[in-house]
Amino acid sequence: MKTLDDLRQFYNTTLICDLEGLERQRRKIVQKVTYVIVGAVCVAVIGFFFAMQSFQAAAPAIIISLVLCLIIGGVLYKILIRSYVAEFKSVVIERIVHFIDVNLAYSPKSCIPKSTFVLSKIFATKPNRYKGDDFVSGKVGATRIQFSELHAEYESGSGKNRHRHTVFRGLFFIGDFNKHFTGQTVVLPDTAEKLFGRLGRKLQSLNISRDQLINLEDPEFERHFVVYGSDQVEARYILSTSLMARIMDFRKKTGRKIHLSFIGSMVFVAASYTRSLFEPRLFRTLLDFEPIRQYFEDLQLAIGIVDDLNLNTRIWSKE
Amino acid sequence: MYIALGIAVVVILIVVVLYNSLIAKKNEVTNVFGTIDALLKKRYELLPKLIATVKVYMEHEKSLLEEVTRMRAQAVSGTLSDDQQVELDNKLSKMLGGIMVAVENYPDLKANQNFLQLQRTMNEVEEQISAARRAYNAVVTTYNNAVEMFPTNMVAATMGYKLKKVFEISEDQRRDIDAEKLFKS
Repeated sequence: MKTLDDLRQFYNTTLICDLEGLERQRRKIVQKVTYVIVGAVCVAVIGFFFAMQSFQAAAPAIIISLVLCLIIGGVLYKILIRSYVAEFKSVVIERIVHFIDVNLAYSPKSCIPKSTFVLSKIFATKPNRYKGDDFVSGKVGATRIQFSELHAEYESGSGKNRHRHTVFRGLFFIGDFNKHFTGQTVVLPDTAEKLFGRLGRKLQSLNISRDQLINLEDPEFERHFVVYGSDQVEARYILSTSLMARIMDFRKKTGRKIHLSFIGSMVFVAASYTRSLFEPRLFRTLLDFEPIRQYFEDLQLAIGIVDDLNLNTRIWSKE
Repeated sequence: MYIALGIAVVVILIVVVLYNSLIAKKNEVTNVFGTIDALLKKRYELLPKLIATVKVYMEHEKSLLEEVTRMRAQAVSGTLSDDQQVELDNKLSKMLGGIMVAVENYPDLKANQNFLQLQRTMNEVEEQISAARRAYNAVVTTYNNAVEMFPTNMVAATMGYKLKKVFEISEDQRRDIDAEKLFKS
């Protein structure tokens, strides 16, 4: 597994040369974006005067000029940065992915399909707004993996009462599990038991949207996770004592909310994030190691799941 | 009059709920015990194949292999009580562990594809058995809690329900398997 020191060396010897070219491109775009902002403000001011003459009132004039400013500014901004974002992803993100593991393929505009996300059964709510990008796939050792950034939302109500609720935002990982199984087991962060103790556990057993509650013998694991499964024995076959310990270490290492499910001999892992992943920061220099380190760590979190959950250990009948 | 009738109905309902929950817990124990049984049978079916593969190579451990064959025959005969069965399974697990350790001394065997496949299947079955035992212990604990805790303990006493034993590892199994000692005995 690649370390931060390896990354620093890669950054100083290889990546920095390409970053210099990209940095020049970024500066030009920042300049153009500044012109766009100034232009949009001018349009807004002119629009305001025209609107004032037509409506003879300040409020609608301000609204119209602001909307005009945002539309023109937004469209131009998108057009300006489009080529830069594409270039950034192929120069920076793809290079880091290949630096971590050369056998992995990167596709900036693809993502894990919605049908797969729903199939994982991690989230009980089905999203009706779904998008994602930065799709990585390939084989790490004996384990086939794929992951991408996802943002799944559920929109409720209509008109003025329309509300959006985030179902999941973050990294979504799928890996080939090292044991055969036929049922389904879902491991979720435990909130009810943490808040209400034994009563919380009782409430969890009454959850009709899930399979039966599996009470595992590791109290530390039980404190952080709740497990639902279609088969008591199979859930324990999957969640061996060593895998439980590994899942807890993984949760501690990432410091994120971790959801897992085991379905169709595959493992699904969802790690929640509140920020966008693998996107360029236009108003910050590229010649800085810090953002590169963050992209690397986010990618490593997903690719490292293979080692963290010991998926390459193939001592059972599944090869 | 109505109040007394109401109280009686509530009491009957509570007793019915407690009674049914105890039955469900007992059935769960029987169900998981059945799974352990099925998995142990799966292991017995694998044993002749394993022995046939390894005996060609393992010349020095012939007596051990014969012992495993004898134990298997005893286990599948169906004449043993539950306790005897558990004891025999424990001994068998220990012997199998010994065989797997002894394999290290036979490089040809370690490279044999047939054996490798068998070894993987054996690992799988062993892990499934261990999972089934953990599941058994979990359902027995829930059952035992119900038998001992108030108010289910009162219903359990009238139904004649007794505490059940969980699977425990014997002192022997707690110690690491010493293959050499095993073969000499």
